[in-house]
Amino acid sequence: MLGTGLIKGMAETARNFIGSYHDEARLVTVQYPEETVPPKENGRNFPFLVFDGNDPQAGLRCVACQICEKECPPQCIYIIKSKDKKPDHVGKPQIYPATFDIDVSVCMSCQICVEVCPFEAIKMDQVFELSTTDRFDKLLLRKSDLAKPNTYYHQLHPTEAMEVDGRLAEDKKKAEAKAKADAEAKAKAAAAPPKAAATASAPVPAKAPAQPGSVTVQPAPASAGAPTSSPPALNTTPVQPEAPKEAKP
Amino acid sequence: MEGVDQIFVIAKHWITAWSFWPNALRPFVSILLSIVPIIGLFALAFGITTVVERKALGRVQNRYGPNRVGIPLTKIRLAGFGQFMADGIKMLIKEDIVPFSADKVVHYLAPLALAIPVWLTFAVIPFGRNMSAIDLDAGLLFFFALGAGSELAVFMAGWSSRNKYALVGAMRGIAQMISYEIPLVLSTVAVVMIVGSLSLNEIVRAQSSYSLGFIPHWHVFTPWGFAAFVFFMIAACAETNRAPFDLPEAESEIIAGYLTEYSGFKYALFFLGEYMGLFAITGFAVTLFLGGWTAPLPFLNVVPSWLWFFLKFATLIALFIWVRATVPRLRMDQLMKLAWKFLVPLTLINLLVAAVWHYSGGWAFTGALAIRWVFCGAVIGSAYVALGRGLHTKHFAPRAYRYAD
Amino acid sequence: MPTNAPMPIAFFVLAGVTLVSAICAMSLRNLVHCGLCLALTFAGLATIYLQLGAEFVGLAQILVYVGAVAILIVFTILLTRNAEVHISPVSRSWMVGLAVAIIVCASLVLPIFQSPSLHRTPIMTPDATVRLIGEKLMTQYVIPLEAIALVLTAALLGAVVIAMRDEPEEKTKQMMEPPRRGGAKPELDPPRLSIPAVETRQ
Repeated sequence: MLGTGLIKGMAETARNFIGSYHDEARLVTVQYPEETVPPKENGRNFPFLVFDGNDPQAGLRCVACQICEKECPPQCIYIIKSKDKKPDHVGKPQIYPATFDIDVSVCMSCQICVEVCPFEAIKMDQVFELSTTDRFDKLLLRKSDLAKPNTYYHQLHPTEAMEVDGRLAEDKKKAEAKAKADAEAKAKAAAAPPKAAATASAPVPAKAPAQPGSVTVQPAPASAGAPTSSPPALNTTPVQPEAPKEAKP
Repeated sequence: MEGVDQIFVIAKHWITAWSFWPNALRPFVSILLSIVPIIGLFALAFGITTVVERKALGRVQNRYGPNRVGIPLTKIRLAGFGQFMADGIKMLIKEDIVPFSADKVVHYLAPLALAIPVWLTFAVIPFGRNMSAIDLDAGLLFFFALGAGSELAVFMAGWSSRNKYALVGAMRGIAQMISYEIPLVLSTVAVVMIVGSLSLNEIVRAQSSYSLGFIPHWHVFTPWGFAAFVFFMIAACAETNRAPFDLPEAESEIIAGYLTEYSGFKYALFFLGEYMGLFAITGFAVTLFLGGWTAPLPFLNVVPSWLWFFLKFATLIALFIWVRATVPRLRMDQLMKLAWKFLVPLTLINLLVAAVWHYSGGWAFTGALAIRWVFCGAVIGSAYVALGRGLHTKHFAPRAYRYAD
Repeated sequence: MPTNAPMPIAFFVLAGVTLVSAICAMSLRNLVHCGLCLALTFAGLATIYLQLGAEFVGLAQILVYVGAVAILIVFTILLTRNAEVHISPVSRSWMVGLAVAIIVCASLVLPIFQSPSLHRTPIMTPDATVRLIGEKLMTQYVIPLEAIALVLTAALLGAVVIAMRDEPEEKTKQMMEPPRRGGAKPELDPPRLSIPAVETRQ
């Protein structure tokens, strides 16, 4: 009969109206500035730099390798390397970025910088309330705006952060074990200096592992009995960056 | 509680009788005291109705309506009821854009030609006992005459904008308004027939008695009255260009139809005119079918008559808002078919049913009421069902499909 | 002057508006403006009826003339001729027109002023209430009423027939049937168009 559709429709409408006062499913609006929708782990907006610990300067993971700057499609990252070095998470002295700017008016959130970073230094942030009244200066985020602690990274992307931490801890453990093994080898070599002077030099270079990306520790003649890895690494760093270059023609 | 019921009338007489006014001005003071409260009250009601409508529509659509604007320039939210003030201020300060090739005089006059007749119709509606501004003998006809006068304004708006879409919207709007005037008038003719007078006060007085001590004699409680009420509400929806009959001014169909080239305060006047038309027709429906200012049960007469009028009025406005939230828009041909093929025959049959009811009112044997109800209800009900089914099908030839290869 | 004239100034104002709008309806250049001024004239006439106490006639005048006839006139102007065409309001044979107007006016006005009913005392006619009009229509004037009803019905049917005649019958039949392709049964595949690119691929 004509009109039954209208009556049924009005019943449904009334149900929605009354339900919106007591039923969650019938009023799904989130009143934005006062309430927010909890962000999802995979959400991303613009990048940020991760630092370990409390000091953004000392714990910054970025070593200014400039891979992200080169890979960024709209070229919105500006890096200027520093002149001095500071130790990274395994203790090896690395240069750091004196200037690290991202122009968020250009950044397209493609995440390529995160994918190519070998040092887990740059990750995607989820902050979107970045509106300003000046589209030039205020939309250029500098290192001080971008550097955020690892605990923040854990809050944003917990599973990723735990995995990254695991990997970095493993790297650190391996580097420490290697440094210990090398130190022990050095100690052994130092313990038998006269006899093995001619023969020790041959196996020592052969023992040098060809691991890409990890630092090769070459024996230093003067240090002996050094169980920890950090001091020997500091002494031998000036030689390291050139070694891979000399190895390959 | 005679005092509370007649409080406005008493106040008006008292103020008019002040010796402060010079004698020549006294009739004008009396007229102003009738008019100004009506205008002020209905303008406020307009504002509040827009907010309530938006909030109700929002809740039906699983969202909040406006809920932030309270008192302007403060942080008091008032659950969004200050929205109409903000909208009013916005409309007032907007730039008034008149198209270069538009007909300036007609463009200027169209909103006035719409709003003024609509405001005039409030003069005859009885808001309470002794509370109609003018007591015309032909009050009903006055109402319809003014409704017809506002149709020309739609045409003026559409034509003066020199805009194809505005013109098409205006022509559709006028076609719709003219078509639905016929069921509107015919459904009220049944009431006039039974009451025997065109005066609205007389119509309300005819509904103010109670049978069996508790059933009011409202016209909606008779078979012809109920049918006439339903048809009147449908036609009223269409007359005021309200959803589901808002094709002439629908945003998704024709931008804004005849309102396209209007901005700022002129648009606000059109909007106002449309809602005032809705209020006038609703007040009219309350008067004709729901007993005007009479109470539903005799002991409830302690509640003032004007309060009853506004309660019924608010209920009908809520019904209009409810229907708006529910039904999608009617297409132009569906609209016209509904008017001419469905409502006009039904309202004519309703006249017959009303006549039968009236002349069988003299039957006094037991069960007469039941027989009358059954017979009249069957006649109008079967006509409704038959027309509803008969007009429903449209015979198309089977489709020929051409597949792309 | 109307019989009950409590406010003569109202009559003068409204009559003036009526006359001015009638003159405008004659002499404006834009036809739609003329139509709207004509609507205003009708409304002015309605106010004169109302002042004479004929409520029903006055309100029916607005309902019918302003609400329907004026809209009809305006629609007709709009749909049948370009309202932009500016017809000069002053015709070339204006002297002849003036003479004819004076003769017609004189032939109407002179008998009115010479009629004896102006000097008779007016008899008390009852107010033309709606009830009285209805009773008269149903008893004394029922035959004119039915005749008018027949005329209106004929006009309505004629309008419907004229409006329907635009679409020829074969065309409507053709649109209702599926298109046939020269065979007994309709094919599902239409014949291929000879597109050179398609053919060379074979």
